[in-house]
Amino acid sequence: MKPSAFDYVRVASVEEALAHLTELGDRARLIAGGQTLMATLNMRLSAPELLVDISRIPGLSGIRLNGSTVTIGALTTHREIERSPLVAQHLPLLAQAAPQIAHAAIRNSGTIGGSVAFADPAAEWPACCVALDATIVIQGPAGGRRVRARTFFRNLYETDLTPTDILVAIEFPVTPLARRSVFLELSRRRGDYAIVGLALLARPAEGLLHEVALAYVGAGPVPMLARQAMAALEGRAPAASVMQAARAALAHDLQPGSDLYTSAATRQHLAGVLLDRAVTQLLSGGAAPHAIA
Amino acid sequence: MTARDELPVQGEHQTLSRGHVGRADPRPNAKRLLQGRGVYIDDLRLPRLAHVVFVRSPHAHARIVSIDSSRARRSPGIIAVFDGPAIAQVCKPWVGVLGHLKGIRSPTQYPLAMERACWQGEPVVAIVGETRAEAEDARDLVEIQWEPLPVLVDMEAALAGLPVLHPELGDNICFERTVDTGDIDAIFAAADLVVEETFHFGRHTGVCPEGRAILADYNPAEHSLTVHHATQAPHMIHDILARHLDIPEANVRVICHDVGGAYGIKVHVYPDEMCTAAVSMLVRRPVKFQADRMESFVSDIHAREHKATVRLAATRDGRILGFDLRDLTAIGPYSVYPRTSGIEGNQVVNLTGGPYRHSHYRARMHAVFTNKNVTCQYRAVGHPIAVAITEGIVDLAAQRLSIDPVEFRRRNLIPDDAYPYAFPSGIRFEKLSHHQCLDKLLELMDYEALRADQARARERGCYRGIGLAAMIEVTNPSAAFYGVGGARISSQDGATLRLEPTGALTVLCSVTEQGQGTETVFAQIAADTVGVSMDKVRVITGDTATTPYGGGTWGSRGAGIGGEAVLQSGRALRANILDAAAAILACDRATLDVADDAVIDRLTLRSLLTLAELGRSCYYRPDTLPAGFQSELMVTRHYVPRDYAFAFTNGIQASWVEVDIDTGFVKLLGHWCVEDCGTVINPLLVDEQLRGGVVQGLGAALFEECRYDQEGQMLNAQLGDYLVPMAGEMPDIVCGHVQTPTRTSELGAKGAGEAGTAGAPAAVMNAINDALAPLAARVTVQPFTPERILAALGRV
Repeated sequence: MKPSAFDYVRVASVEEALAHLTELGDRARLIAGGQTLMATLNMRLSAPELLVDISRIPGLSGIRLNGSTVTIGALTTHREIERSPLVAQHLPLLAQAAPQIAHAAIRNSGTIGGSVAFADPAAEWPACCVALDATIVIQGPAGGRRVRARTFFRNLYETDLTPTDILVAIEFPVTPLARRSVFLELSRRRGDYAIVGLALLARPAEGLLHEVALAYVGAGPVPMLARQAMAALEGRAPAASVMQAARAALAHDLQPGSDLYTSAATRQHLAGVLLDRAVTQLLSGGAAPHAIA
Repeated sequence: MTARDELPVQGEHQTLSRGHVGRADPRPNAKRLLQGRGVYIDDLRLPRLAHVVFVRSPHAHARIVSIDSSRARRSPGIIAVFDGPAIAQVCKPWVGVLGHLKGIRSPTQYPLAMERACWQGEPVVAIVGETRAEAEDARDLVEIQWEPLPVLVDMEAALAGLPVLHPELGDNICFERTVDTGDIDAIFAAADLVVEETFHFGRHTGVCPEGRAILADYNPAEHSLTVHHATQAPHMIHDILARHLDIPEANVRVICHDVGGAYGIKVHVYPDEMCTAAVSMLVRRPVKFQADRMESFVSDIHAREHKATVRLAATRDGRILGFDLRDLTAIGPYSVYPRTSGIEGNQVVNLTGGPYRHSHYRARMHAVFTNKNVTCQYRAVGHPIAVAITEGIVDLAAQRLSIDPVEFRRRNLIPDDAYPYAFPSGIRFEKLSHHQCLDKLLELMDYEALRADQARARERGCYRGIGLAAMIEVTNPSAAFYGVGGARISSQDGATLRLEPTGALTVLCSVTEQGQGTETVFAQIAADTVGVSMDKVRVITGDTATTPYGGGTWGSRGAGIGGEAVLQSGRALRANILDAAAAILACDRATLDVADDAVIDRLTLRSLLTLAELGRSCYYRPDTLPAGFQSELMVTRHYVPRDYAFAFTNGIQASWVEVDIDTGFVKLLGHWCVEDCGTVINPLLVDEQLRGGVVQGLGAALFEECRYDQEGQMLNAQLGDYLVPMAGEMPDIVCGHVQTPTRTSELGAKGAGEAGTAGAPAAVMNAINDALAPLAARVTVQPFTPERILAALGRV
């Protein structure tokens, strides 16, 4: 299929983009990497009047370390994150998740800002943002604001963004040296959206888990922070009874849905399997922040 | 003629080769395709080209109350808008039945729905625009008032006639077939062991890289129609266009350019394609239709929706006594024209139990109408069902009797020295090699080592399994397949060979190429039989105005039938070359031979006359030839199998899997396929046919399924949700060959194109069930999704 006719403008600044959004509201769409939008346009699921191409706005791309914060510009591609030494060093969870995003061709074009703004709960970056307690940096007509990822995702495809906002960057607190991470997904074919996925961070010390964060992919309308399971694990050794309690807690934490191939009950079961596996992997290594030689 | 004068006729243990045949020559056309220099229908741009798109029914079953296309007609760039009655003015409808499928019935079908739509995706309105985008814009403006009708999606409900989809037929049975060799109930009652299982097969489809496409170019000045078509059977389409559009046969031409995969999808008559040709007549312009991916899913034929219950009776020492089969399949609202939708079920009946010696067989099959997309022949028609049913129940019997599955098969596979062999049901086998194939398979896979690995893996809680699937396969179909049923489909193929003045060789063959390499195979055979080098050969296929008449590509027939026609034509041309050479050289013809692009002395092997020189003399200086001699450097020969209805082939596959019992995920660790397609003309191409076929079979086993809801809506009609097998999940596929040439042709080649697809799902199913056996779990519903495996394990 061919998309319906639309106008196209390439903007050079956030202000210019905001002007178009302010004028047209949701009749305009921002396009950056286009990896989701192009498909919906071609299927005529989306028929905007104007595409505002923000991909050439200077300063919206790149990865910077600022004290204890890593800022990733919205236009930074998945591939740039995957290959970034800075990310590997300070945010190993992102380095673990990046290769699991779709296929190389998609990672070369798709951007982290697009993924987070689209807020597909089956996508990797939203769950990573929630696990890492990132902050979303937003620019709107009235100025800028910062929103915690843990409150940014409101419902299915629904975020704190209004039709006249632009997501400009994401700020991640540097992962402390002793904190390890694991990112696991179950997808039937490499590169597919996961049936369910899990980002786990924890600081193991003398057999106990501290500072546990668990964020699930594909287990609810938004990336799901599994608070009760986190509490069940926090400060404990992951003995069988503790793991059982944590898995049981997932029943409260998650709201998995059913789709064509997987029922909610199966997703819930798989979320528990992933929890076991992630904890085991974390204790046997996982990825840790490291100094570059 | 002496033996040296002829292409060596292969004996049973000889391979046919004088150079190219039997050699892994690479495909000359691969470079063009890989460089993106192929020409597909959508690459064609004709002057005044118009584009047609279709409004398709959003309902699985609904009456058309009214169609308002006034806004669409006024939309920019719109040339015309047609509904069903308008197209029916120029295109006659059809009925998808065949005389030899006794009792098969189907309602009359039109290019566009007339009064009601019977499946979601049925074309209803055709919109013709200057561009595809403009036509699509206008499509959104067509307003159709629908009155939804009761939707029939369930096979059992269809069989029970609840409700009847086509009232004029009285019930929903399109076709039924019964085979009964007698005494089944008594044999089963007295048997030491009876096992029973019900297998379900999901609907799926062949996902061609190039979607269906047609460019119809009607010329009113001469009442002629040239059609550029992505089809496997240009002559069949030629005949159908002529008859249904009322154009003299001589005024029609069907041209195939590069065809991007077909797998049986592109061998049928599609309403939207017929409509495109009709539209070209109505607007008097060339008109193109290119199916996009989403409409392909709801309009390309589907296949394989079956529910089969099978029983097997055996003695306690593991001898199979008989099979008892009950098969139900849903074919959509119409039997597809002209090959019908009865063939798949018919094949299941024909092939179940096929590799095994047994004396009793009973089968009952019903093909019923439903409100889903139509089903028809897709790669390996019926075979994957029959092989899975047979091999699944055979493994279950072996398990119950505590006999190793290899040993159980050894005891029951038809012995290699038992041929010719006939089943009680009437099927005749010329010569098969089940035991040789089994031996070769076990050696390739190192069966004992895998069993040892399996045992070690289980000790560490890892569940691995081995699955075997023996198979027989219908190839080289004779007129018994379609012709005897009244279908105007040729089972014969022809080849014309022409020696050019430069010594080049042009081959025109009625078999088509859609990426599988038939043109390469023909070039090899032609090069060998005539005595020229491969680079001198140019093969032309897919043009009804230039090639001999023939069937095209389907039913694993290209190499075996088309290849034999090329061989016979090559031999005749070579004889004519020798006649000409004897005339030019004024010597005894018996002293001459052709090799390496030259006429040579048979004794000294010295080159006497290059073919270029011969060509120059014959074409430009015939005045120098002896009086009364006329050279004939272009010959045509045809071939059709007559001795047997089909050249049955056989083979066996093995799958080696690991099942994650916590997630239900299946990891394919290895796959082996040993196949006997008779003479292997090109090992590279045969192996790739096997591998490609295996991958489609693995797709069926693990991934592919057209999912419908109770309203008859296909839920996964796009590639994000319909999971095709991808390279990342595929195991290494090891191929082996046993060569038992058919004696029905001199080439001895049988088909190889469908074997992989036929056996792979059964092998995977048996491997999964072998892995799960210690946990007392079994799966029988394809595709074997993680959820289905977890459910079998009682985990969810």
